[in-house]
Amino acid sequence: MDLNQKGSSFLSEVVQASGETLQACYQCQKCSAGCPVAFAMDILPNQVLRHIQYGHREKVLSSKTIWICASCYSCSVRCPNNIDIAKIMDTLRTLALHSEFKPGEKDIPIFHSAFLDTIKSKGRIHELSLILQFKSKTRDFFKDAALGLKMYRKGKIKLLPSKFSGGKEIKEIFNAFEKGART
Amino acid sequence: MKEISYYPGCSLHGTAREYDDSIRGVLSLLDIQARELEDWTCCGASSAHCTDEDLAVDLAARNLAIAEKSNRELLVPCVACYSRFKVAENEVKEHSKKSRFSYHGNVPIRYSLDFFCDEPILDEVKKKRVKPLTGLKVVCYYGCLTVRPPKLTGIREYENPQHMDRLMEALGAEPVQWSYKTDCCGASLVMTRTDIVRKLGERLLSMAKEAEADCLVTGCPMCQANLDMRQEEFEKETGEKYDLPILYFTELMGLALGHKDVKKWLGRHLTDPVKVLSSKGLI
Repeated sequence: MDLNQKGSSFLSEVVQASGETLQACYQCQKCSAGCPVAFAMDILPNQVLRHIQYGHREKVLSSKTIWICASCYSCSVRCPNNIDIAKIMDTLRTLALHSEFKPGEKDIPIFHSAFLDTIKSKGRIHELSLILQFKSKTRDFFKDAALGLKMYRKGKIKLLPSKFSGGKEIKEIFNAFEKGART
Repeated sequence: MKEISYYPGCSLHGTAREYDDSIRGVLSLLDIQARELEDWTCCGASSAHCTDEDLAVDLAARNLAIAEKSNRELLVPCVACYSRFKVAENEVKEHSKKSRFSYHGNVPIRYSLDFFCDEPILDEVKKKRVKPLTGLKVVCYYGCLTVRPPKLTGIREYENPQHMDRLMEALGAEPVQWSYKTDCCGASLVMTRTDIVRKLGERLLSMAKEAEADCLVTGCPMCQANLDMRQEEFEKETGEKYDLPILYFTELMGLALGHKDVKKWLGRHLTDPVKVLSSKGLI
């Protein structure tokens, strides 16, 4: 296997951050065969593992695949080598956020950041605040507007967020996250 | 009266209100007192673990530390919260991860479906059942995180789980077999890649219809919201009429146990469940 200096450093970075021995992958492709969202991926889960072994950092970190993975764990439970592939996808998303590469999917990382912003400011996910926050970032105000109205009529939309008094602790969690963010 | 701690999670204060109401209703019929965790905050699902592992563990551990102050077990109805809590528990216990909160992995974390499927509760349900759900054909939809990963959930039959089926039988309903019990509905992508979610949702609904189910039963607020609220959109896309109610297992428990508020819970669904239940003489 062509493990040049750069290649092996990406492999060891992922192995270290995930704690998973992805070198054990022998390309049986069971992960990709059972993946419910493989049809929407640009590289299949087994190919992601191969690219990591080869040190193809940009190919992996700028892929759509790492964002499209729905974290359903089908791959992880079926891997004959016990590689927790879903966990590796989490690691890759974290590495991608701190990389120089543009994410392969536009809206999904924006959604995650809107989600975390909502927790940071409100302690809980107030769904309406999250949706408005996400829409203000993507500028797509009309998608699902009719559905939103129906939900409102069914009493499924809570207009105001709940009060909570754990704000100091939540602030501390996010301070640590923002300071400790890997570079 | 038995007491448990209760972490409703964010969805149950919003889109999944009927799940919250029906759990509380069923618990009270079973003489179990639910004590909501004081000052709980979001568990971080489904975005913290996609962003930073320490952040994900801390957001979960804050709640688990509150729960650990009492020696009660912690009931968690949202499977995404449950999964994040189990991951944090595993990190703290097995990998000696330090969180910033005083949490040591000593609180039993129980997912609602597992909790209600315990043998003593099933026996109690059979005893207290006033209206058997005779003639109601259901498909049990477990989804992903209810069973996976089994090293965290402890579910042994993770490819073909049976516990919800057993609960449905205890209620007098007829669980029909289908092959999609644990297939993902894609709900985590519902706001961002609706096109993917539509494909997964359509397949689940059409397979449930093929199995001749009257309704689909779940314990996941994301699956429920996705399949119930987007159903009309899926129908427009495929031209098929599914008209398949998506029920929480606790709503059917409430119905069989004769809870007075069942109609109120069912009234919050976008795909009407009352029609099929009344055609079976159950409501």
